[in-house]
Amino acid sequence: MAKKLMKGCEAVAEAAIQAGCRYFFGYPITPQNDIPEYMSARLPKVGGCFLQAESEIAAINMVYGASGAGARVMTSSSSPGISLKMEGISYLAGAELPCVIVNMMRGGPGLGSIQASQGDYFQATKGGGHGDYHMIVLAPSSVQEAIDLMQDAFDLADIYRTPVMMLADGIIGQMMEPVEFKETTKKRELPEKTWAATGWKEGCGRDRAVINSLYIENEELQEMNDRLQARYATIQAEETRCELYNTEGAEIILCAYGTIARICKSAIALAAKEGVKVGLVRPITIWPFPTDAMRNAICQDSVTSAITVEVNAGQMFEDVRLAVDGKKKVDFLGRPGSFVPTAEEILDKIKQIRRA
Amino acid sequence: MADIKFKKTPILTDAILHYCPGCGHGIVHRLVAEVIEELGIQDRTVGVVPVGCAVFGYRYFNVDTMEAAHGRAPAVATGIKRVHPQNVVFTYQGDGDLASIGAGEIVHAAHRGEKITTIFINNAIYGMTGGQMAPTTLVGQKTTTSPYGRDEAHCGKPIRVAEMLATIEGSAYIERVAVNSTANIIKAKKAIKKAFEMQIAGKGFTLIEVLSNCPTNWGMSAVESMDWLEQNMIPYYPLGVKKCKED
Ligand SMILES: Cc1ncc(C[n+]2csc(CCOP(=O)(O)OP(=O)(O)O)c2C)c(N)n1
Repeated sequence: MAKKLMKGCEAVAEAAIQAGCRYFFGYPITPQNDIPEYMSARLPKVGGCFLQAESEIAAINMVYGASGAGARVMTSSSSPGISLKMEGISYLAGAELPCVIVNMMRGGPGLGSIQASQGDYFQATKGGGHGDYHMIVLAPSSVQEAIDLMQDAFDLADIYRTPVMMLADGIIGQMMEPVEFKETTKKRELPEKTWAATGWKEGCGRDRAVINSLYIENEELQEMNDRLQARYATIQAEETRCELYNTEGAEIILCAYGTIARICKSAIALAAKEGVKVGLVRPITIWPFPTDAMRNAICQDSVTSAITVEVNAGQMFEDVRLAVDGKKKVDFLGRPGSFVPTAEEILDKIKQIRRA
Repeated sequence: MADIKFKKTPILTDAILHYCPGCGHGIVHRLVAEVIEELGIQDRTVGVVPVGCAVFGYRYFNVDTMEAAHGRAPAVATGIKRVHPQNVVFTYQGDGDLASIGAGEIVHAAHRGEKITTIFINNAIYGMTGGQMAPTTLVGQKTTTSPYGRDEAHCGKPIRVAEMLATIEGSAYIERVAVNSTANIIKAKKAIKKAFEMQIAGKGFTLIEVLSNCPTNWGMSAVESMDWLEQNMIPYYPLGVKKCKED
């Protein structure tokens, strides 16, 4: 298929439809309005349903109902709206329901700004809602990658019966890039949704469906949590993804995800011109976090230190330090307030660290 | 063999109800289940149960069920109905669940004309959490968070949900009933059946507000609570059809 120029939000929406998503429930918020807008035009044409909910809370609960009824379903929002969805996400995790949630992050806390940010890393990867749960969190660094990850997002949700979040900075959502919708060749084996609530009677070939996250007895709740934790361990073992760029024998390792990782690549090219070998570890899944890959890259003998680059006050920074476990020095470059660092700023930081 | 005059509907499971003795929830469960049986819709019905005393509804209603977060049942039901429009979808909600934390969800489900049926249990109190004030608590009524009686100057007068939702264009059938006497229980069942039929006919949003009792948290015997309902609730919450959009 020929490449075409497409805005990130619209590309994500189209990719979701091509991945079989037929239901979308959402509420307007900048900078992701192009997703619901696109869905509202396209879904009725492919036999699906778009519904503008009265709030993000209602939207995520509509997702819960649709998912419980067996549908491929998604919602999208941006930071303040994602906060409102957190109750529902916890219930989705507890009831073991698959769905996809897109967060085109903007600045925070509070109403913040409508500029790009990475301030929701903690919220996405450490819980956000209540209870011991995780979502699989995918962090694309280009519009093309966002498209490619969308099929994975829906498949992973179905395979592991878990909400999956695509966590992108607002730049991905608003940027136009040449993209291609590839025929999905490696479609994964998906389990049948025998648990879905679609109407039941004795002898219809399955048990009565109960979609629920209430386990009032300690033993039952423990069992449910054990089941989730075992699943999370499998996800960590099987689904962790990251890109290693120029890391072999590097002196300094940059750690970044999303569009910021691309700016890091420009900084790496600038550093190379000055004869400094810098590499990049770019988590594609930020949960599960690529702990081993991160540690292996940073703990090479050639590496003197690592720098985490983020558009926040240092959130993934904590996971990088945990991965390295004190064995190497990890520095941080970043600012909250939607200031996206330039390649030159990153180069300056590299030089400053080398001087020290 | 003796003639069987009454038997339990198969739309209720054999699980033992956890409700307090004399509580109206059990009566309303039976009415809803009997209606599902009589309409022959078990195999296409999906129920959504609330957070409140009816939280274990999925143990009792012998249909596919989903447990919703507190107040969110109408949104969950919306998701189900939009995926399977041929399903008959009902929510079963208390007055804290529906009229307080879930006020937004119920108003907008009605506003969209969502083709679902809501069974709304108004017992003028938060039962499950131990008897706190609800939006439906009567003026002067003592609860654990209105120990001197509900003061309207402080927290307003109780909400009349049926009347409020009847003003919304999307609602097709709204009726208030009570389960404090045999005659009222028979009327309640007729109303519930009508609501399900209107849903099946695709008329729009349907809701039956059921005035019910809470002997435990009202601090009364079951019989006293039925009298209290009659004397105090019905005058403020008049029974009857509030909206009927026949075509
Ligand atoms: C978000 C949230 N807030 C509060 C609660 C606690 N809670 C459980 S049931 C309930 C009130 C239920 O009262 P009502 O809806 O009137 O139903 P009833 O128990 O009287 O049948 C509350 C506040 C909760 N589970 N979740």
